[in-house]
Amino acid sequence: MSTTAPAPIPQAIEDEQKPFSVTAALRRLARGELASVRVLLGIAVIWTIFQIANDRFLSAVNLSNLTLQIAAVATISIGVVLVLLLGEIDLSVGVVSGLAASVMAVLSVQHGWPPVIAILAALAVGAAIGLFQGFVITAFGIPSFVVTLAGLLGWQGALLWVLGDTGSINLPPNIITDLTSTFFDPAVGWILGIAGIVAYAGSVLMARRRRESTGLGVEPFGGAVARIVLVAAAIVAAVVILNADRGVPLAAVIVIVLMIAFTFVTERTRYGRHIFAVGGNAEAARRAGIRIRRIRLSVFVIASTLAAAGGVLAASRLLSVNQQSGGQDLLLLAIAGPVVAGTSLFGGRGFVWSALLGAIVIGSISNGMDLLGLDSDVKFMITGAVLLAAVTIDAATRLRRQSAR
Amino acid sequence: MTQSSSPKTGGGEPLLALKGFTKSFGPVEALKGVDLELHAGEVIGLVGDNGAGKSTLVKAIAGVQPADTGDAFFQGQPVSLSSPQDATTLGIATVYQDLALCENLDIVANLFLGQEASNGGHVVLDETSMEQKSMELLGTLGVTTIRSVRTDVELLSGGQRQAVAIARSMLGEPKIVLLDEPTAALGVVQTRQILELIKRLKEQGLGVIVISHNLADVFQVADKAAVLRLGRMAGMFDIGRSSQEEIVAAITGAEFGTDERPTEETPL
Repeated sequence: MSTTAPAPIPQAIEDEQKPFSVTAALRRLARGELASVRVLLGIAVIWTIFQIANDRFLSAVNLSNLTLQIAAVATISIGVVLVLLLGEIDLSVGVVSGLAASVMAVLSVQHGWPPVIAILAALAVGAAIGLFQGFVITAFGIPSFVVTLAGLLGWQGALLWVLGDTGSINLPPNIITDLTSTFFDPAVGWILGIAGIVAYAGSVLMARRRRESTGLGVEPFGGAVARIVLVAAAIVAAVVILNADRGVPLAAVIVIVLMIAFTFVTERTRYGRHIFAVGGNAEAARRAGIRIRRIRLSVFVIASTLAAAGGVLAASRLLSVNQQSGGQDLLLLAIAGPVVAGTSLFGGRGFVWSALLGAIVIGSISNGMDLLGLDSDVKFMITGAVLLAAVTIDAATRLRRQSAR
Repeated sequence: MTQSSSPKTGGGEPLLALKGFTKSFGPVEALKGVDLELHAGEVIGLVGDNGAGKSTLVKAIAGVQPADTGDAFFQGQPVSLSSPQDATTLGIATVYQDLALCENLDIVANLFLGQEASNGGHVVLDETSMEQKSMELLGTLGVTTIRSVRTDVELLSGGQRQAVAIARSMLGEPKIVLLDEPTAALGVVQTRQILELIKRLKEQGLGVIVISHNLADVFQVADKAAVLRLGRMAGMFDIGRSSQEEIVAAITGAEFGTDERPTEETPL
């Protein structure tokens, strides 16, 4: 048998053999494989610029505010990431977040429902909308673009109808407003941070040991340590800064838990693998026995439910719901964030953390321009330019990948 | 009927025997009573001109487009090939020309797509065992050109993709593999690698049917060449005892005329 073995032929994938060569790393960066590194560099640049322009930008108070400002959009963006992974789009997430928040406000304030039940009702409204839109998309094969565009209009009407004549409902202090106004004691913040570091280090090292025990190749030990140190440093910095202001906010913990949960779903489960497969090549997924309609439908349900959750967080922070809730540029920012941070608009490529990283980028720009007192004309143009640049980078890396064969 | 020289490569009972397969698309008769026998450890090259019925026959065996009439026997037992599931259950795997790979996923993910190994109640992926099995599988198939099974398929060459697609078909431990034009878009070196791979399948005792336009390829790997012409089996040739000219003649109908119409093709 060995006599008939074909001679090994050199192939064009040398990168794989030397993961720590600098040129290979740069090449992978250019090809878009290290999107998270690219976006971290971007955040560093943005923060430096705004800090030079206004030395209050990196203050504990402002960064704490930034954290609360981006919680809602980051939550909505998680759902957007899942939809983008399928190669679909959901244009209704902004309005759905407003509608769900309105339902919550009407039920809890006008009908006297317990706050927790009202929150669950808001999530249920989101899930029902996702089920409806997902059904129309999968059952009739209508592009999600069209269905969710119709949803964008239709649910806006529903929002106005739910709010009725008043057009605005203020939320009294209760569990709903506590979601974004609760700050943990510094000691609790440290416990949460350390628990996070231990859990991350544990998962990295355990995965490594399992690969080693089965004789598979592992990354150099230094690489694993470097990643752990990096994550630990980020967590420690965040806890120090947030503790210097009011403490670690509950909203931040909620967002991080959602990020971890959906990262697990997408990266570690069969369901998540199938989402990537449908987004990469739906026909191949179908032939492999994956029920692609069910995958698509469920993702639209999850996306709308997360949009509703984001709406609840937004209402909690603004202490009210009104006719503009979920409107204006929320939809575009929720979609632009993940794309800025490396989730492809073309399907099959992306990661859940891009929802948070993208929200940080866009939130920082918006926050920084507010600090500088820029007028909305300038703000809109700058935000638009950043979005266009990000999408262009996405398209360019895609072309580069295709020509990299 | 068949112009057979009936060589005895596999011997014994055929793995798969087809008798009188017909298939019509409206008024067009794509298959007109085709017989075929495939033994274990035997490679049959299915050749013929465009529209001769090669793909139709393979799709009928794969159950994707079941034959209208005809009997199929698997290891001597009459079986039904009326759906892709029928074929898969019997151990018949098919690699189509478009390969159906997800370019955004790595080799391991593609090999196990739809049948991922999992621990924790069918939910959580078991990446280490999948990666191990992938390396074993590529090893037994002699695929040496792939350095890392964690490479995205997007970055693979045409030959490597073909190898991945064939390897994936082997995961179900099939007894028969149907390959549709596996070397069609490949260069010389890659074609040679895929032909080596087909020889590995043969060595492992599988029955292989390869559709090919390239007679040189057929002569390298196949034990027999089955020539389809206008939906009929125009001849079954023992590769060891036939010349390319004979087979070309059968393909064009120059010598072994089976057609009702007077031939309009120009003989070579």
